[in-house]
Amino acid sequence: MRTMRRRGAVAVLAASVLALTACGGDAEEPTEEPGAGEETTDAGGEEGAAEFAEGSTMAELSEAGSITIGTKFDQPLFGLVGPNGEPEGFDVEIGKIIAGELGIEEDGITWVETISQNRESFIETDQVDLVIATYTINDDRKERIDFAGPYYEAGQSILTLADNEDIQGPDDLAGKKVCTVSGSTPEANLLENFPEAEVVPFQAYSDCLTPLRNGQVDAVSTDNVILAGFAAESDDLEVRGEPFTEEPYGIGLAKGDDEFRDWVNDVLEEIFEDGRWTDAWESTAGTVLPTPEPPAVDRY
Amino acid sequence: MTSVLYDAPGPVARRRERWGSVIGSVVVLVLLAVGAVAAARNGVFDADRWDVLYDPPKQTAADVWRSLLVTGLGATLRAAALAAPLALALGVALAVWRSTRLRALRIPAVGVIELFRGVPVLLMMFFALLALKLSSFEAVVFGLVVYNMAIVAEILRAGLAALPKGQAEAAYALGLSRPQTLFTILLPQAVRLMMPSLVAQMVVLLKDSSLGFIVGYQELLKVIQNNSYFYGNNYAFALFTVGTVVYLTVNLSLSWFARWLARRTSAQGNPEAVAEAAQRPGTGPGADAGARPV
Amino acid sequence: MDAVFAAFPTYLSGFAVTLQLTAWSAAIAMALGLVVAALRVSPLRPFRFFAAAYVEVLRNMPLTLIFFFAVFVLPQFGVIPPLGFWTAVLCLSTYTSAFVAEAVRSGINSVGVGQAEAARAIGLTFGQTLGEVVLPQAVRTVVPPLINVFIALAKNTSVAAGFAVVELTAAGRRLSQGNPSDTILLLVGVVVFYLLITIPMGVIAGAVERKVAFSR
Repeated sequence: MRTMRRRGAVAVLAASVLALTACGGDAEEPTEEPGAGEETTDAGGEEGAAEFAEGSTMAELSEAGSITIGTKFDQPLFGLVGPNGEPEGFDVEIGKIIAGELGIEEDGITWVETISQNRESFIETDQVDLVIATYTINDDRKERIDFAGPYYEAGQSILTLADNEDIQGPDDLAGKKVCTVSGSTPEANLLENFPEAEVVPFQAYSDCLTPLRNGQVDAVSTDNVILAGFAAESDDLEVRGEPFTEEPYGIGLAKGDDEFRDWVNDVLEEIFEDGRWTDAWESTAGTVLPTPEPPAVDRY
Repeated sequence: MTSVLYDAPGPVARRRERWGSVIGSVVVLVLLAVGAVAAARNGVFDADRWDVLYDPPKQTAADVWRSLLVTGLGATLRAAALAAPLALALGVALAVWRSTRLRALRIPAVGVIELFRGVPVLLMMFFALLALKLSSFEAVVFGLVVYNMAIVAEILRAGLAALPKGQAEAAYALGLSRPQTLFTILLPQAVRLMMPSLVAQMVVLLKDSSLGFIVGYQELLKVIQNNSYFYGNNYAFALFTVGTVVYLTVNLSLSWFARWLARRTSAQGNPEAVAEAAQRPGTGPGADAGARPV
Repeated sequence: MDAVFAAFPTYLSGFAVTLQLTAWSAAIAMALGLVVAALRVSPLRPFRFFAAAYVEVLRNMPLTLIFFFAVFVLPQFGVIPPLGFWTAVLCLSTYTSAFVAEAVRSGINSVGVGQAEAARAIGLTFGQTLGEVVLPQAVRTVVPPLINVFIALAKNTSVAAGFAVVELTAAGRRLSQGNPSDTILLLVGVVVFYLLITIPMGVIAGAVERKVAFSR
């Protein structure tokens, strides 16, 4: 009798765990209404599916009708996810356009959070088809993956409190506490080019704002567009000086898949021309930032 | 509650205790009040710091709660629900391996335990992601399993060592083989003896799933973080408070469930005996570790 | 492979910070944990209640969440701690003190009943009984589990990497950022440095455990 009842308890526990698991699974499915993505599929459309060469990545994705795209989940204006689980931002719009060109509707896109440390490995292990995540093109990374683009050119800059008069540019950072993200490109830049600055690394750029307002750090340094997003949200913050690095944002994809890379580059050039790139910008980052000229794609 | 450390309080001591309670409570309340006033002055209790929980500025409260309790907590429980049984099973296997009589056979087990015990879970997850090329979920589960199986093995070893020698001797005297003795006589008792430690370790496992941020796993803490980035730092306090309450609720109910289970499964008679015994290193971990019973 | 050797100075400075974090946090956690353990067995009920609540809350909360409170929430209450090392020590030692308290409490319970009874019989107070009779004897059985707590602490210092401390894990991240193709090797390097701390501690725990067992 004792054994029976004990089994019963275990079974109830197991069942409730399963139920929770099931709920968790459901929540991650895109909840978009069918047909919501129709607008963006007009250019590529269903007929686009037939154009791709047999066996190419484009053909595979197009036939499957689904694509997995890695993006940031914590980057205002570029890739930011709210509690409903749907990311929003410029990177996300670019991703939707590319998926649309493949004939994939919005609810066929699975968004995966890629953080700075896992972008290369997610591409290498095919966990994502593309990474569009404020992803700076550089030679170190090209050893492991390939980049299409750039589709935007950012540059590292500095954010301070609006009433801070001391810091007007990177040369004023000597002896100051500068907040950035642990293991990021901006951190490496600071360490190499401004060794006098005291680097204070956190997990995400958003984490830097509280210490900045409390006077625990003097400045935040990363790409100008990220900082501009913070400055736009609150009056007490200001971006200082001109960008002092060049950070071309590229679209990461599997190394050696030149066909796919060329095709993504074609899509980018096409949307630079026909205004869809500008529309994507203006509906996201463009709400607080001026609209730039599209960059030139680098077909290396 | 009786203790060997002091007498049961008499009338004077009880009066003193009552005064002590009053004064202590007043001190605590005053400290809390000072903190609350300081916080209120900084606007911590203003509605615009809390409305994210019932009327968020963007999206709906249902979205917020669903993201916390279904997506976030669901992911935490899913990782723990897969990792805990695996860690327990592998931990038992490791403990058995480590208790073999042949020294040469035992040493690799010691190596495995020491290696996985000594590396931060964070790094194990990161390593699984980069070197073993696992997905976020798998990397989290991997990190949790390899670390906790080593700890479970250690806990069980201590449990085996704490059993009276007579148990094994009696089993051998009855003609049971070594594996029979281990699996039918010693291990069940060791598991029962160490139940509180094992459960405490499973709570650690559940909490450690929060280290999944390093591989981008969307569990409870990551969802809270993402929400606080989405809504701005003003809401950090509200969201982190909810997170604390959720973690405490889940973990304390887990501990409570384990105590209940231990009471129900313990031998007839004294239900506290098991828990009590395991609380005491005198009869528990470390006591007779030198004299290995198996 | 060259990247790993070139990285040696970065490793060493990270290793030094990890060691200091571990040492300071261990010392403070030990002191705090002893106090909490004493409160937990004290005759005064409010003390016991407070200590039990302290231990239960901290043991059931992820360490990362404690860091979040210290760094992002404490300033809202008007307390602004200096960022980095000392905040990390504060969080790590608070968190670890709960585990120390539990280990010490079970050690206190392990001392034979007769010891405390005898101490009280000769008229010692609660403080004297605990401090001069029970605790010194409890130390023997408490040391191995305590060392395990400190091994866990040494590894938990890695959480500070996300909160303005450049210790071993953060150093490893910096290195792999600069050499994406050597990431795995660089990571193995980090692991080796952690093992340099944790394995000797494990060996000491084992040795003490054996010694204690024989001396009984």
